[in-house]
Amino acid sequence: MQHRSILLKVLQTSHGTTLISILAAAIVLVPILNLFVPESSFLHVPTFTVTVLGKYLCYALLALALDLVWGYCGILSLGHGAFFALGGYAMGMYLMRQIGDRGVYGNPLLPDFMVFLNWNELPWYWYGFDNGFFAMLMVLLVPGLLAFVFGWLAFRSRVTGVYLSIMTQALTYVLMQAFLLNDFGFGGNNGFTDFKDIFGADVQSDATRIALFVASGLFLIGAYFLCKFVTESKMGRVLVSIRDAESRARFLGYRVEHYKLFVFVLSAMLAGIAGALFVPQAGIINPTQFEPVFSIEVVIWVALGGRGTLYGAIIGGLVVNYTKSFYTGAMPEMWLFVLGGIFIISTIYANKGVIVGVILSVIAMTIFQPLAQAISEDFYQFILLAVVYAVLFSSAIYFDRLYDLAKSRIAATNWFTNLNQAPHTEEAKS
Amino acid sequence: MKALIRITALGIGLLFTLVSFAQSTEQTEETAENQPPNKFAERVQALNGRSFNAKIKAIETLSESKDPRVLPILKAMLDKDQGLYYRKSDDTIVTVEEVEDGLQLTDVLTGEDLGVVGKRDARKIGINNKVRNVLKSAIAVLELGADEKHIRLQSAQNLLKSPDKNLLSLLEERAELEDVASIKHLLEVAIALIKIDSDDQKVRLQAVEVLSSSVEPEAVNVVRKLAEVDEAGTYIEADLKVAELADAKLKSVETKLAMYRATENIFFGLSLGSVFLLAAIGLAITFGVMGVINMAHGEMIMIGAYTTFFVQQAMPNLIEASLFVAIPLAFLVSGAVGVLIERTIIRHLYGRPLDTLLATFGVGLILQQAARTYNSNNVPVITPSWMSSAWAPNGAISFNYNRIYILFFALVVLFSLALLLKKTLFGLQMRAVTQNRPMASSMGIRQNRVDALTFGLGSGIAGIAGVALSQITNVGPNLGSAYIIDSFMVVVFGGVGSLIGTFFGAFGLGVINKLLEPSFGAVVGKILVLIFIILFIQWRPRGLFALKGRFVED
Repeated sequence: MQHRSILLKVLQTSHGTTLISILAAAIVLVPILNLFVPESSFLHVPTFTVTVLGKYLCYALLALALDLVWGYCGILSLGHGAFFALGGYAMGMYLMRQIGDRGVYGNPLLPDFMVFLNWNELPWYWYGFDNGFFAMLMVLLVPGLLAFVFGWLAFRSRVTGVYLSIMTQALTYVLMQAFLLNDFGFGGNNGFTDFKDIFGADVQSDATRIALFVASGLFLIGAYFLCKFVTESKMGRVLVSIRDAESRARFLGYRVEHYKLFVFVLSAMLAGIAGALFVPQAGIINPTQFEPVFSIEVVIWVALGGRGTLYGAIIGGLVVNYTKSFYTGAMPEMWLFVLGGIFIISTIYANKGVIVGVILSVIAMTIFQPLAQAISEDFYQFILLAVVYAVLFSSAIYFDRLYDLAKSRIAATNWFTNLNQAPHTEEAKS
Repeated sequence: MKALIRITALGIGLLFTLVSFAQSTEQTEETAENQPPNKFAERVQALNGRSFNAKIKAIETLSESKDPRVLPILKAMLDKDQGLYYRKSDDTIVTVEEVEDGLQLTDVLTGEDLGVVGKRDARKIGINNKVRNVLKSAIAVLELGADEKHIRLQSAQNLLKSPDKNLLSLLEERAELEDVASIKHLLEVAIALIKIDSDDQKVRLQAVEVLSSSVEPEAVNVVRKLAEVDEAGTYIEADLKVAELADAKLKSVETKLAMYRATENIFFGLSLGSVFLLAAIGLAITFGVMGVINMAHGEMIMIGAYTTFFVQQAMPNLIEASLFVAIPLAFLVSGAVGVLIERTIIRHLYGRPLDTLLATFGVGLILQQAARTYNSNNVPVITPSWMSSAWAPNGAISFNYNRIYILFFALVVLFSLALLLKKTLFGLQMRAVTQNRPMASSMGIRQNRVDALTFGLGSGIAGIAGVALSQITNVGPNLGSAYIIDSFMVVVFGGVGSLIGTFFGAFGLGVINKLLEPSFGAVVGKILVLIFIILFIQWRPRGLFALKGRFVED
């Protein structure tokens, strides 16, 4: 009975249910449209698109993992890319060992880059990665262990808020530096690529790609329900209370560090899974995944989608990455302007939802495009435009003031009406 | 730009030689009396000997004569662009200048204008590397007679690189006369470097003594070589006594060297620390006063560096003074951008530090991409000549002037900021807002204004840091992001909102970084520093100098 009631509860939220239904439908439909609809048809989904969608799902899983710690426990990790990349590297090591003697140098034991570096034997930390089961275990354990050690040290000494964020960013930055080294034994700048087999199947084949897509979707849905279960359990309530008033939760007798550590490690493991699913679909893993910019981008997926709502994180991950693909294909030099705009607008208008953010960022982009063009072409035109924008900005500030004023008036009237009508209840507060 | 500088340098050089020429011809009249003029002319003529060895011999005999005309002649001979020529018709040695319809000849002996001849009528006197080395040391010895200290020092240093044993007697004479201790020491080392090759054991032992008292790399290398042993453990050097002495002395030399290396490392650490300090002060202010994490801080630094570039573009003739224009201008530009960002974006986000982090990161991305759209490569910022050389008290250690200046500059900035905070009304208001925002507000301090100005101040200091950084690193779109993480580490390590904390944090991390680097490498050093900081905040979660009181929590 207990079990059933939880399941019911999980499915009660309508947004989440809708999203999960759509995802489930996609998992069923996309393979069908790829395999059984003829290529000439309008409805046919090319394998390339299937892989791209699969990568989006991995990103969405990463966003979900981050939302679990940030949205529900207030831990803003600027280093979740590190856990993603570590999971990816564990998977990459397995895939490298699967190449066997089919590499360029034909060495049955050593991956190509080691032969290239004149190494004679496999480093000890590469042992066991030829075994798929062991490798999958490492996908969970390596990010989990790092998160455990780092989190244990950080939470124990009550490093919170901004300090914690900066430390996580430094963590991924330092890891990036380390993985860039050739001597570190992970392929340096180039990372791992040229994968051949995964669990005995050809990585390049259509069937494998569809299987990977379906796996990504299933893991995402599974992770969604897991996070849902965690956040809606009693522990989830404690987590939220830690997010909102950590000292109070501690005074009430909860071991705050333990809760934080648990959810941090869980989130790191989910990120590791996302990375492991990502690597065979992307066909490469290299230190760019450790870049602080990537990790902070993940944060903005969550922020845009809606922090503290699991389905929001998934939507954010999908939407931003789709936008990114669009811009980097159509006008690559504009993408960082757009991303910057999304950062600013989604934080300022954090409460107004996805659509507003997207619209505003598109507006921001259209504002900045002529400016960016002018700066490279004509200096005087640039100055002129800069002046025009300065005027626009200052008038915007002026109107913003008016808006604030109006808002405070409205708030005042609301307060009066509330006073007259609604009695205070616990529900109204939340 | 570069061409212009080269031309000016060439012009100055030419002027210099002309002046020295003029001087030399004046003095010739006195000295020429002691010497039959023909003999000197003969010696000069010998420079155009048939073989290189003959030329070397001629150079050595020439340099022993006290004639002041020798130096410019030898210099001209060594000069890659100029060179000595001889007229084909009568073998007169001349210097030439290219003119439109041929070569303008000048007699090196008399300075007489010999008119313009066709390009084929005069020929360069060829030299090879061996001749070049002899020339160099001969010139160096001659220049040891110069009145200016820095010319003598320079020539003594050149002598160390290629000591010529035929000039030994001259060198000893000069060393005898020299009264500046450091130059004298260099000369003695040079003499010892020549004497070490002699056959007399006593002379060699003495030379080892001299060499082992010095830390010049040339001397140290010789001592090391003498003390070398082969696989069986016996000395390679045939003369056992010399080898033993060298071996005994080597230890103290190595300790000295290690000490100098450590000093240099600490200096590099302090220099890195000063860069951290410049980059982090602004962060510490905005973080401490407003609780705002400015991730665009690195881009403010970048704006400062680009301002330097634009200033230099605008005043190409005044590069030496450009930095003094760039510093206030960079402060204003970055500060204005800072105020604009504060008024448009950050204003909405007070009390939500993590959101300011994200929003300012977006601002940083946009600014970075704007710089990249302007020019995706690094832009060339020129280092003024007064910043570009190095101060080298001896051969084992040297300090770059730009790093020394930046070190002092960082301290000056810190000090003036401390003054601003302690002594001005604005500083008072800022401190009040830092310590208790609502109370300061009730006392009538206009928070908005203080916030905007504080953010502008922090950004302006970042701009100044950009000017300093443009002198020691490449200026490009990625300049800011390279320093931002280190700056945050400094703030976390030192303690938020405390200038003294930032000071110790910056220099502490700088020195730790540079001390770890030689033995672990840069990357592993960085990892160790991060681990160190993580462990450090176990002990002091709020940094070295934490603000105390209730307001700190949450």
